[in-house]
Amino acid sequence: MQSQKEVSIVLCGVGGQGTILASRLIADAAMDKGMHVRSAETIGMAQRGGCVFTNLRLGKDIATPRIGRGKADLLIAFEPAEALRMLPYLKEGGSAVVSAQPIMPVSAMVGMMPYHKEEILDYLRKNVPGLTLVDSKRAEQELGSAKCLNVVLLGAAVRSGALGLTEADILGAIRRRLPEKLHALNERALSFTA
Amino acid sequence: MHKEYLMGNEAIAIGALAAGVNFAAGYPGTPSTEVLETVAARNPGNVYVEWSVNEKAAMEAAAGASYAGARTLVTMKQVGLNVACDPLMSLEYIGIKGGMVIMTADDPGPISSQTEQDTRTFAMFSKVPVFDPSSVEEAFLMIQEAFDFSEEWKTPVLFRATTRVDHGYESIAVPEPSEYRTHRWEGFMKDASRWVIFPKLSVINHAKIEERNAALSAQLSEYSRNFILPASGTYSTAEAGKRKAVATHGINYTYVCDVFAGADRPEILRVGVPFPFPEQLALTFLRGKDEILCVEELDPVIERGLLHVCGKYHLDVRIRGKLSQDAPLSGENDVDRVGGMLAAFFENNALLAPTPSLPEAPPLPVRPPVLCAGCPHRASFYAVKQAMKGEKTFYGGDIGCYTLGNAQPLDMCDTCLCMGAGINIAQGIGRMEPDTKCFAFVGDSTFFASGITGVINAVYNQADLTLIVLDNSTTAMTGHQPHPGTGRTAMGQLVERVSIEKVLRGIGLTFVETVDPLHLAAAIDTVRRSAAQPGVKAIIFRSPCAAIARSRKRAEVDTDACIGCKKCIRELGCPALIPDGEKATIDTSLCTGCMLCAQICPKNAIALADI
Repeated sequence: MQSQKEVSIVLCGVGGQGTILASRLIADAAMDKGMHVRSAETIGMAQRGGCVFTNLRLGKDIATPRIGRGKADLLIAFEPAEALRMLPYLKEGGSAVVSAQPIMPVSAMVGMMPYHKEEILDYLRKNVPGLTLVDSKRAEQELGSAKCLNVVLLGAAVRSGALGLTEADILGAIRRRLPEKLHALNERALSFTA
Repeated sequence: MHKEYLMGNEAIAIGALAAGVNFAAGYPGTPSTEVLETVAARNPGNVYVEWSVNEKAAMEAAAGASYAGARTLVTMKQVGLNVACDPLMSLEYIGIKGGMVIMTADDPGPISSQTEQDTRTFAMFSKVPVFDPSSVEEAFLMIQEAFDFSEEWKTPVLFRATTRVDHGYESIAVPEPSEYRTHRWEGFMKDASRWVIFPKLSVINHAKIEERNAALSAQLSEYSRNFILPASGTYSTAEAGKRKAVATHGINYTYVCDVFAGADRPEILRVGVPFPFPEQLALTFLRGKDEILCVEELDPVIERGLLHVCGKYHLDVRIRGKLSQDAPLSGENDVDRVGGMLAAFFENNALLAPTPSLPEAPPLPVRPPVLCAGCPHRASFYAVKQAMKGEKTFYGGDIGCYTLGNAQPLDMCDTCLCMGAGINIAQGIGRMEPDTKCFAFVGDSTFFASGITGVINAVYNQADLTLIVLDNSTTAMTGHQPHPGTGRTAMGQLVERVSIEKVLRGIGLTFVETVDPLHLAAAIDTVRRSAAQPGVKAIIFRSPCAAIARSRKRAEVDTDACIGCKKCIRELGCPALIPDGEKATIDTSLCTGCMLCAQICPKNAIALADI
């Protein structure tokens, strides 16, 4: 087997957004290519609308599923504030794919604490050279569904080059893991560009 | 064999199946739940699986099966072991026949638990051997060895993994079901001198256990999962006087390896069975060393073990770790925290994680977990809050999704201690503060697990409180396991439901009313009537978990009618209710159409949407 590059990916977002399925699709696609996959993720209370993350590592000689600070090749964030929370894990020069649509925590909605949307987005634009901001609001309108944000972000991650997988690899995983009636929608989601 | 991308808990379950487990029982609890779920889902057809009413029942049922010679698996989270402590302590004295593995999930952090207790310490207390895997793949292999070990030594064994192994994933090779071992059991053989615990037997067996554990310590020094990883490069040639090494366990072993990845590495003692402590192996490791850093999560178990060996054999080795305050005393480790400890110990800053050169970031919102949109618990809490406005109240909380009722704006959980505790805490508060209207909230699964005895205690001792059973007909927090009130078993059998109402009436309660909390006016009225009566009363707020009911209904705000008072947002804290400028709006991707908000809108501006 040809030796493949090791890739470390941090996925993050808000419980219920579909980060777990996204990490499964990457893992499936990588395993198809004969890669060893390890991951660690948040399961439990935080899935009720709290901060969730997955560490996903592809490659045989990796010791641990966890990713240290400044060691991730790619950050896939389903929410801008969560992207910023996990940014210290991205390596210098790493790629980040971030959904630009904020999800207000209940604490912000009941007025206990502000959500600095513009400052957060500005900060990401200024400090992350490898940033792809995904207009997920438009993706939802054009695709007619909010449920495939995970695959929209995976498409952007593929095109960033940092994932080390192709659209065809991810598509294969989608076809195997998801029911057939969702294939067409997710194929369109995968190639959506903002 | 085939490769699968498996969660640690799935790998543990498949390992148990591959070892020929005959009987599996457990109680749900993060991060352990998926073990029993996977045994049930991948049952080749010949395994008995049950969700027990609690951990004590699970362990006792498994003990019975094991007395009959069956291989048994018991699963629970670490605090569940407290509930099962009584049978465990005695079971170790009695011993077992069929291999018995007690899988507990420890939760450093803690991420989803009340305590940071360490099952390794529990193992020492109960004198039960404990296995501690470092990875998903090792967990799969190790649990099979644990079954053989248990049977060989006629003792239950603890198999504890921590969250990052339980909820880690790895692509590993596992056998086909046709390759699973078949374990045949001979049946229970009556022998009162063996199976009946009496003081006379206990003193004899206690001595045997101590002798056995001493023998095991020697044998476990040879066990391949207790090992010394040799040093490499400069660490193997370090000059005398600077001979430093690392001792570690579990997921921490992988963090230590990651910190040294691609570079020279010191000698590492990896302890896979910390009790009985592999003394001879530790002695080999310690001889000729100057200093050891113990990298552990939870209790300093290895650190104490090494200190003991140093004292016993008069070794001049400095053991550093939690006890010497060279390592944090609480909380979860990760690669960076371990890197920091190693960098300080080896005086090598190259082991530290790179610090990204980022300017100061804007403040981030905190994002605690919340009750889901459409969760009926929100309505229950709100109804009690409204009914009791202006009264002096006490709200005893409990363990489950409804612990989240503590958050603003509901703020309806004054205490939370452990499963079922809220009822008797309310009883104690009420006894000392008779002018307080006391309520105890308990979930349906928690009611069966450990609430019933609390209610009996309250009734017998003439308490004055209202028990609120939040019955969403599932064990929601851990991922929707069935329980006695659901009429389904772990094996998918449909059985007679145990009626919460009948249980309460049987105990002697006369005020037992069942209401749908989403009918707000009726719910408030019921709470008021209950609070006005003396004694122990019960209200069952019954409405299915929103995550299971998967309603297709949605609410919408009539923006012309909405006056922007934001009462719905301020008072309910529903994640689907979002401020949109001056008005309220509803996130249709989250809303379930529960219509609680519509019932409190002063302008009737919220209605069901046409879909």
